[in-house]
Amino acid sequence: MTPDFQWASLLLPEVVVAVSAFVVLATDFALKRSHTLTDRWMSCGLLTCLACVAAMLTLTAVPAHDAGLFSASPLSQLIKVILLALAGVCAMFPVARKFTVHIGEYFALLLLATAGLMLLISSENLLMIFAALELLSVCLYSLAALDKASLASSEAALKYFLFGGMSAAFTLFGISLLYGLTGEIDLGAISAKLKSTGVEPVFYVALVMTLVGFAFKLAAAPFHFWAPDVYQGAPTPIAAFIASGSKVAAFFVVARIILTGFGGKGGSAALGAFLPGWMPLLATLAVVSMVAGNLAALAQRNVKRLLAYSAIAHAGYALIALLAGPRGLPPLLFYVITYALTVLGSFAVVAVLENSEARADLTDFAGLSQRAPLLSFCMLVFMLSLAGIPPLSGFFGKFYLFTAAAGAASGLGLLWLVVLAVAASAVSLYYYLQILKQIYAADPSPSAGALRPSFSAQLAIALLAGLVIVLGCAPGLLLSLLSHALNSSAF
Amino acid sequence: MIAWTIYVSFLGSALLMLWPSSSPRPARLIALLTGLAGLALALAGAVEFEHASATGKLWEIADISWIPQLGIHYHLAADGISVTLVLLTGLAAVCGILFSWNIENRTKEFFALYLGLIGAIYGVFLSFDLFLLFVFYELAIIPKYFLIARWGSTRREYGAMKLVLYSFIGSAMVLIGLIAAYVVAGGQTFDLPTLAQFPFPAAFQKWAFLLVFVGFAVLAGLWPFHTWAPTGHVAAPTAASMLLAGVVMKLGAYGALRVGMTLFPIGLQTWRKEIALLAVIGIVYGASVALVQRDFKFVIGYSSVSHMGFVLLGLMTLTQVGLSGAILQMFSHGIIAGLLFAVVGRMVYDRAHSRDLTELQGLNLNRTLPFAAATFAIAGAASMGLPGFSGFIAEMQVLVGAWQAFPLLTIFAGIGILIGVAYTWRALLKAFYRDDATTAPLPAPHLAPITFAERTGACVLLGTSLLIGLYPKLLLDLITPALNSPLMQPLWKGVTT
Repeated sequence: MTPDFQWASLLLPEVVVAVSAFVVLATDFALKRSHTLTDRWMSCGLLTCLACVAAMLTLTAVPAHDAGLFSASPLSQLIKVILLALAGVCAMFPVARKFTVHIGEYFALLLLATAGLMLLISSENLLMIFAALELLSVCLYSLAALDKASLASSEAALKYFLFGGMSAAFTLFGISLLYGLTGEIDLGAISAKLKSTGVEPVFYVALVMTLVGFAFKLAAAPFHFWAPDVYQGAPTPIAAFIASGSKVAAFFVVARIILTGFGGKGGSAALGAFLPGWMPLLATLAVVSMVAGNLAALAQRNVKRLLAYSAIAHAGYALIALLAGPRGLPPLLFYVITYALTVLGSFAVVAVLENSEARADLTDFAGLSQRAPLLSFCMLVFMLSLAGIPPLSGFFGKFYLFTAAAGAASGLGLLWLVVLAVAASAVSLYYYLQILKQIYAADPSPSAGALRPSFSAQLAIALLAGLVIVLGCAPGLLLSLLSHALNSSAF
Repeated sequence: MIAWTIYVSFLGSALLMLWPSSSPRPARLIALLTGLAGLALALAGAVEFEHASATGKLWEIADISWIPQLGIHYHLAADGISVTLVLLTGLAAVCGILFSWNIENRTKEFFALYLGLIGAIYGVFLSFDLFLLFVFYELAIIPKYFLIARWGSTRREYGAMKLVLYSFIGSAMVLIGLIAAYVVAGGQTFDLPTLAQFPFPAAFQKWAFLLVFVGFAVLAGLWPFHTWAPTGHVAAPTAASMLLAGVVMKLGAYGALRVGMTLFPIGLQTWRKEIALLAVIGIVYGASVALVQRDFKFVIGYSSVSHMGFVLLGLMTLTQVGLSGAILQMFSHGIIAGLLFAVVGRMVYDRAHSRDLTELQGLNLNRTLPFAAATFAIAGAASMGLPGFSGFIAEMQVLVGAWQAFPLLTIFAGIGILIGVAYTWRALLKAFYRDDATTAPLPAPHLAPITFAERTGACVLLGTSLLIGLYPKLLLDLITPALNSPLMQPLWKGVTT
């Protein structure tokens, strides 16, 4: 029997990322004595970025493989490229206050978390998914706590860890029940078994338990309590990473579990025709998230906290897409990808501001348009995109999603969700405008000088804003990529 | 060629944003040139349109596949109604720039936003794909917010936020209606002429019509959703109030007609009487409230609500004469309301720094600002609906149409006109001509003379109103064929009067 080394070539990109983590650690160790904090930060950040690029390049060499523990379909490859790009941008965040001396560890953990993301989206095996989820989560807990000088950071990490541990337990419980019911841990096999046998009540327990765990990762209400504290307390690049990369991967894996594993057990969330299954569950999560997120965001004074509540609301909108079944997949992916770009950009602007203000309260944004016109314009683009104003990508994302959801059930059965979502997004305009009002209509405090962000930071933020605009005006670019990848992958 | 009105405005806006110097003079010139180019293109387009499409067929401008996955097209076209409103937009844009000549604070940004707003408005009037129309419609919301919140006056942040939220909630209703219509029609296309042919089920039409019509009509100041209008108009800087009252409110009426009424004729039949009732309440209520305002600008703000009531009433008559009156009223009110806001906001408030009618009473403005007094007198006469001005033709047509459809309501609308005479007269006397001759006039403060730009703008607007009043055929030749076009045919089917 010859050993099968195909897995090695399949895992190459993940291996590249994981090995780079150790390279970064070693590099930082070598530089520790002789170099300043800034130099170490720059070189490690650059290395991390290079590792992401290298992993992207190796992705093209991976053969398509779609079974078992590890799959490499064109779709998962596409998402991996996007995740790597998001991680690379997070590594290059403009952070003036070096919040930690453990620079090597910081970037190594970031890379390991990225490896966790990549593994998370490439498996159809529940155990593998769980292991990847834990790899990701453990890295993120530590990263959130890295700002040791800040109490908020420790509090955030502790909350994140406690809630995360709890929800992981729920997920594991759900998975074990599923295994007990079907004797399988592969999603495809589970689905086949579920179809052939009748549904026992315990299946619904398993369903709820599994979903609770993932709802935590999505920051969907009522499992969102960690999000505001983590967004506010964690180091800004980490908050951005949690809000963007982790969000995209979590949505992808939830879509995979639900559509592949529980495909036939959706029930119905159509108005007046509720049937038990995951659809009413997701609809409830979506409604609670949209309402709670948007209403709580109205009262926020700190922009990072506000973004956290807005993220909860956005998770609610995105969940609606899943109710459209497989047809909802392109809208869902379009939505979360453009959302990730937008929120990454917003956090980058916040990071730049924090370099001079130390905080990111609404009032710290006063008169930003006079202190940094380009940055302000980019923030305008990001906020309006989050609010869903055309011609930005956030608008098309929502529009596409709502159209798919409205057409999903016969007789406009899901229109009630669309109505709620549209109403919620009308509310959201209020708080996004609060930020923009400070930036454009208020005058800067007299002590505030001009903000001088570095050229590279401005370039990166402008590129993100440009992408948000381009994908809004020509969504076909990303849509055709997605539909091409979807058609050539068995989802 | 008429599509270039959109592109030119957006290009002008982008140019201003990127313009390196922050001195106001070049910014004004760029804005004025852009505005004039837009007006010239609109006029040229109107002439071209008359030659191209005498039969009332839709005049196709561009139809390119935009987002094939959803069947969305970049579809620009025009009929007589679009062309009329594009002309109005061009005129209002140029005059608004003339009346904002005195803006010194961040002039560049002001005009960049202003031109962006204009471009979006042109876009709405020329779009015949519902997605595209909606994109332009929402695009027009954000510049309004910044124009008011940054350059406005009384309670500007409140007024701006209120206006934006009302617009956004209105457009959210429209969005739901559009998505539902798209799904019900098979999820293939957003093309307006195609969807207008689709027989939507009657039960669906009943609520979809209400959603879309009311969603648009929020922006047209339909009572009781009008409250954004007075506060927004008052808070806005002069040019923005001119645009708001002059053009933006027409966006709402246009959308209600073009989308709501064309797509859902059965729904229209169902709700016609109720909406006509709301329109008449708006007419009488707006006029009555205008009668007791102390703030000069609020008088004009509420008068806009009243006059827009005539547009909505005209639409609901579902008679040729009523509808053409409604569209004429859109044009006419756009011009007259713009002028009234210019007199109040620019000529009086920017100089006397007060809009309180009792305070103005002591200032003897008819001597210190004779031009403003005369302009307001003439514009007021036009607003009252004096024969010879455009408002007369328009409101008369609406009343004739309404008489056929809703005789009782028409009487109340007539009363609204009478109150209109009263509040205009009251404002005119209080602001410019002291009605109390017994006390000695206060010494007149020195006020800056009316500038050339203001005179030009006022004369253009008055001249247009007079021209249309004396020779309405100019516009009616555009409007009437459009009303008989195939696109509008479903409206006339099954009308019971």
